[in-house]
Amino acid sequence: MDTPILRNNFKSEEYQINMGPQHPATHGVLRLLLTIDGEIIKKVEPDLGYIHRSIEKMCERDSYQQIVHLTDRMDYLSSHINNEAVCLTVENALQLEVPERVKVIRTIIAELTRIASHTLWWGVMGMDVGALTTYFYGFRDRELINDIFEETCGARLTMNYNIPGGLMFDIHPNFVNRTKEFIAHFKTKLPEYDLLLSGNIIFQKRMQGIGILSKEDAISYGASGPVGRASGYSCDVRIHHPYSNYDNVKFNEILKTEGDTLARYQVRILEMWESLSIIEQLIDNIPEGDFFAKTNVVIKLPAGEYYQKVETARGELGVYINSTGTKNPYRMKFRSPGFSNLSLLNHIAVGGKIGDLVATMATLDLVIPDIDR
Amino acid sequence: MTYFKDIYYAIKSLLTGMSVTGKYFLNARKGAITQQYPENRATLKMFERFRGEVVMPHDENNEHRCTGCQKCELACPNGSIEIIWDRQVDPETGKKKKVIDQHIYHLGMCTMCSLCIEACPTDAIVWAQNFENSVYDRTTLTKVLNKPGSKLMPGVED
Ligand code: SF4
Ligand code: SF4
Repeated sequence: MDTPILRNNFKSEEYQINMGPQHPATHGVLRLLLTIDGEIIKKVEPDLGYIHRSIEKMCERDSYQQIVHLTDRMDYLSSHINNEAVCLTVENALQLEVPERVKVIRTIIAELTRIASHTLWWGVMGMDVGALTTYFYGFRDRELINDIFEETCGARLTMNYNIPGGLMFDIHPNFVNRTKEFIAHFKTKLPEYDLLLSGNIIFQKRMQGIGILSKEDAISYGASGPVGRASGYSCDVRIHHPYSNYDNVKFNEILKTEGDTLARYQVRILEMWESLSIIEQLIDNIPEGDFFAKTNVVIKLPAGEYYQKVETARGELGVYINSTGTKNPYRMKFRSPGFSNLSLLNHIAVGGKIGDLVATMATLDLVIPDIDR
Repeated sequence: MTYFKDIYYAIKSLLTGMSVTGKYFLNARKGAITQQYPENRATLKMFERFRGEVVMPHDENNEHRCTGCQKCELACPNGSIEIIWDRQVDPETGKKKKVIDQHIYHLGMCTMCSLCIEACPTDAIVWAQNFENSVYDRTTLTKVLNKPGSKLMPGVED
């Protein structure tokens, strides 16, 4: 009786599977082509284009007022900050000085947007690693911010509250009170986030040491936002190139050196505290005055190239306008944070397991329409 | 040994987390922000700035404030507004004046950007707060905002 030695018949072979475009952990229509060997990832190839709407091309058709509302649809979780970026670029090009009131209100709403985005991220990231409760708690707190937005801007997500030169209308009389209520509320809830998830040993062990991004790689891949800062790369646009009212407020740039998934998680949680502190410094000191500076109905930028960057909830958003002096831009280009952050996914996921990939991707906080535009 | 230590800490941190959820479980109704839609339809009130759909208010004489200046049509980024207008002789001054025949609004294409309402010099169009816009046939989303037989409110000039 001679039995063949079975072990020799099992050859390990690489194969490819699709993750997405319809996958709950990709948070949108992102398709990842994974080359795997068993559970081990050999290669991650993102395949984009499923939600491409040619926003940059549409900008060439639209007037500068109309462009603003298109940027809502890029990174919809930081829509106000996207709007602000376009408006700042146009205002710089026109050399238009906007009133102090506008700057302060823009800063407050931008920080509220950042908190709203981070609470949503916290919720879905918890869900990605298997903690469903976080989803409800994150959305509960985000809902209060959405109410503030809805009362002042009329919309909850795609706000289009900025116009070149200022704001579309003044803040609602309830805005200040609601914001203060929210700060008081959120200060009691943020420690719960730590009790529930951050302090959990199982969660920490799951997140530690996977998806490690070194500082050198963070810089060479153009990482920005919490992803870059978790690797020790100081890249906060609000500190290095202050715009709006950021030069008048005090806040810390959260830096971690580990560069792993847990560090990216902690950076975002700590950033919410910083955002709260920025809002607190400003909310009682909104200067009186106009809420917009007058511009021509037809805005024509002087011929030339203009660039402005801002810090969205995901990182550095750059707006490039090439104008030939007409009422439309000749070329408009956005440098989106998500695109660069996605580009390093292959680098940090190779060698890990498929389960790690989901956790890693969750802490990159990708918003696909921002990547695809 | 560390194995049992790990288990101990894992259970401990799980219980810490569950103390948070347990607190909410016991005070389930307190501070709940969930709205029981559609049961609360009768009491549900949207914020006054909420962008539901563009409407043109008419007064009791079936008069609106739209002069037909087409500024909203120009401001709209995606052609959701079309204005069909004509020139008519004003009986008082004898001059020819623009009057609207139809102010057509495609709700299905509207991105709720509010640019048209900001552009209107006479505040002829405003936001309505209704949000239940789903229909079975998308052609019903094309609306004529000025009511049949309506005319311009006297004294409104652009
Ligand atoms: S809200 Fe915007 S998209 Fe809608 S009709 Fe007015 S201008 Fe057009
Ligand atoms: S709604 Fe206003 S902007 Fe549009 S045509 Fe009438 S008056 Fe002009």
